[in-house]
Amino acid sequence: MSEAVIRSMKDLPSTHLLGTGTAMCAGCGGLQAVHEIYDVLGGRTVFVNAAGCMTLLATYPFTPFRGGWLYTSMASAAAGAQGIRDALDVLMAKGRLPIEEDLTAVVLAGDGSSYGMGLSATSAAIERGLDFLYVCYDNEGYGNTGQQASGATPLGARTATTPRGQRLRKKDLFDIWVAHRPAYAATVIGAEPLDLAKKIERARSIRGPRLILALAPCPTGWEFEPEHAVEIGRLAVQTGLFPLKEYVDGKVVHTRIPRPRVPVVDYLAAQGRFRHLFEPVRDDALIGEIQAEVDAYWRAVG
Amino acid sequence: MSRRLLTGNGAAAWGARLAEVDYVPAFPITPQTEIVETLARWCDAGEMAARLTMLESEHSMVTAAGAAAAAGARVFTATSSQGLQYAMEMIFTVAGWRVPFVMVNVSRALASPITLEPDHTDVLSARDAGFLQIHCATCQEVMDGVLIAYRVAEDARVRLPAIVNEDGFYLSFTREPVELPDPGAVRRFLPAFDPGSAAFRASHPASRAVAVLGGAPYSYFRYEAHLAARAALAVYDEAATAFAAAFGRSWPAVERYRSDDAEVVFFMIGAFATKAKDAVDRLREAGERVGLVRPRLLRPWPDAALREALAGKRAVAVIDQNLSMGMGGVLAAELASALHGHAGMPMIVPFVGALGGRDIAAEEFFEIARAARAAAAAGVAPGPRLLYTADELREVRKLQAIAHAERPGAGGTR
Repeated sequence: MSEAVIRSMKDLPSTHLLGTGTAMCAGCGGLQAVHEIYDVLGGRTVFVNAAGCMTLLATYPFTPFRGGWLYTSMASAAAGAQGIRDALDVLMAKGRLPIEEDLTAVVLAGDGSSYGMGLSATSAAIERGLDFLYVCYDNEGYGNTGQQASGATPLGARTATTPRGQRLRKKDLFDIWVAHRPAYAATVIGAEPLDLAKKIERARSIRGPRLILALAPCPTGWEFEPEHAVEIGRLAVQTGLFPLKEYVDGKVVHTRIPRPRVPVVDYLAAQGRFRHLFEPVRDDALIGEIQAEVDAYWRAVG
Repeated sequence: MSRRLLTGNGAAAWGARLAEVDYVPAFPITPQTEIVETLARWCDAGEMAARLTMLESEHSMVTAAGAAAAAGARVFTATSSQGLQYAMEMIFTVAGWRVPFVMVNVSRALASPITLEPDHTDVLSARDAGFLQIHCATCQEVMDGVLIAYRVAEDARVRLPAIVNEDGFYLSFTREPVELPDPGAVRRFLPAFDPGSAAFRASHPASRAVAVLGGAPYSYFRYEAHLAARAALAVYDEAATAFAAAFGRSWPAVERYRSDDAEVVFFMIGAFATKAKDAVDRLREAGERVGLVRPRLLRPWPDAALREALAGKRAVAVIDQNLSMGMGGVLAAELASALHGHAGMPMIVPFVGALGGRDIAAEEFFEIARAARAAAAAGVAPGPRLLYTADELREVRKLQAIAHAERPGAGGTR
C-alpha cells in the first residue's frame, strides 16, 4: 500500500498484493483492474462479493486476498457491506473493538449484479450514506454464464441472447450513481493504470458511498485474443466510447479527453462480438449511429 | 423483575432489549411492524445501546444481519410471511455462514390469495434452511424464547441463526402479563457474544462463504451445519434448564399437557395450542383421556423427546396450520418420520385447519378427538382431513354470487 501521492507511473506500487493463479480467464480486464485497485487499497479491507465471475476468486481453501472476503448473493452485496460497516462502527463505539482493527468494506460486483439485480440494494446503501467502496467490473454481459445480454451490453454487441446484436442502449450506471449525489464516483480501466491509481487514492481519502466503475475487456465474452486485452482497453478510451471521469464535490470532471478521437470502427473491428457489423455486409448505418452517439457525448462535454 | 401487559410483539422487542443486542437491521411488514417501531423508539431514546438500520428489503435485511453477525455483533431482526419469502435466498445463505443471530417471525399466511392473517406455512418453508426454530404459544414464551435462542445459537457447538416464531394477530397483538427479568440476571444467563476468531478484523483476515468445487467439500460443510443443528438438541436442554433455574420458568423442547395418561393427544405448534388445552380440559371433564403434546423446538426436531411423549398413546391428532399442496400438513409428515419404525407408537391422524386466520372452535377439537379415536379403533390411518364447515362454504358461495352479480354479462370464459 502506497502512502505517497501518485503523480506518475513511477509512483505506482511496485509490490503486488493480490495473489496469482486465480480461476479468472487469461486476459481478464476485470482481474487486471482488481489487481491495480487492490495494490492501492491494501489488505485492511473486507471484500463483499456479489455472484459473478469474481466469486471464483475465493474458492475453498484458497483466496488471493490478504484481508477479508464475504460472498453474499447476486442482489445484496451492498447490504452485506452495510451490515459489516454497522457492526464494526457499533463495536468500536462501545469500546469492544480497537480502532486499529477497523476495515474498509469494498463491494466487488459485476455488471450483471450492478446494473440489474443489485441496483435496489446499492441505491439504498448510497441513500443511507454508507461508508463503502463499490467496485463494479463491467464486461458488458453475464460473463460467468457465457455472456448473455445484461443492462450493460452496448448497442450492436452480439451476445448469447442477442445473436443479431443488442438493439438497446447501455444503461448509464455512472449517472445513476451521480443522481444519488454520492461522495465519489469514477470510471477506470486497467489499461490506464495511472489514471486508475489516482482515482483509487482519492477514493481512499473520502468517506461515504464511492463508486469505481471499471470497464473490463473480456476475451471470452467480447471475442478477442487475451494478449489484446490492454490494447482493446486503450481503444475504448481513445475512441471516446468509455470516458474516463470522476464525480467529486458535486461536479463531473473528465480525467482524459481523447484528442483526436480514434474512429469507433477501430475498437469495434477488433472484437468478434461486433463482427456482424462488418461481414458478410458492412452495417454502415449502425456503425455510424455508434460513432454519432460518441461524437454527441463529447460535443456536450465541450 | 417486573410484570407488564405486553403484546407478543412487545415481548419480542423486550427480548431483544434484554439480550442487549448491538444491531437491528429492520424492514416493516404487518403484523411484525410493532417490533421494529418499538426498537426504533428505544434506540432513538438511548434506552437501548443498539444501532437500528432500515434496509430496503428483507433480502437486504437478512444479508445485513448475517454480515453484522459475521463481524462479531449481536444481531436481532424480525419479519413475517412475504418478507420471509423475499429473504429466503439469504435465509439459506446466512445459515451456511454459521452466524448466530435471532430473527422473530410473526407468522402470517402466504399469498395467493394475499391476506394479513396467520398460519404457519411461512415459517415452515424455512424448515430446511439451517435456522433453529422455536415456536411460542404465549407472550411470555416469546420474550423468554428470544433469550434462550441467543444462548443456543451462540454456543460454540451450534453457531447457527435462530427463528423465534409467534402467531400473527393471535399472539402479536394480544396483551398478556409478561414477567420481565432483571437485566443483571439476564446478563448472567446470556453473557456478551464472543465470536472468537470468526469475525472480520484487520489483525486476522478471514474469508467467509467462499465457493467450493465439487460435492466433497460441499457435502462436508452441509453435514457440519446439520450436525451442529443436531447438537443444538442437547444445548437447548441445557439452556432451558439454566433458564428455569435462573427465572423459574420451564420451557422444555416438547411441552406435555395432561398427556401422561392420555389415550388421544392433540399435536400442534404455536398459539392455537392454548385452544387445544382448553378443549383438553373440557374433554377431561367429560371423562375422556385426552392431552396435548406441543413441540416448542421444531429445528432441531426433538424426535426422541416426541417418541417419549407419545409412546403408548392410541392416536395422535396432528393439527397442521399449514398446507403443503398435494401432500397435506407438514407436521404430520415430520411426526411420521420420528415415529415410524418404533414400537408402541400411536396412529397419526392428520388434520389441516386454521389457514389464513380461520379459528378452530371447541366443537371441532371434540370432533377431532372423536375421529382420532375412531381411526385408531378401526386400525386404518386416514388421509389429511381439511377442516371446513358447511357455514363457511355457504359464506364463500354467497361471495361468489355477489362477484358474479357485480359483473353482468360475464360469461364462463373469465
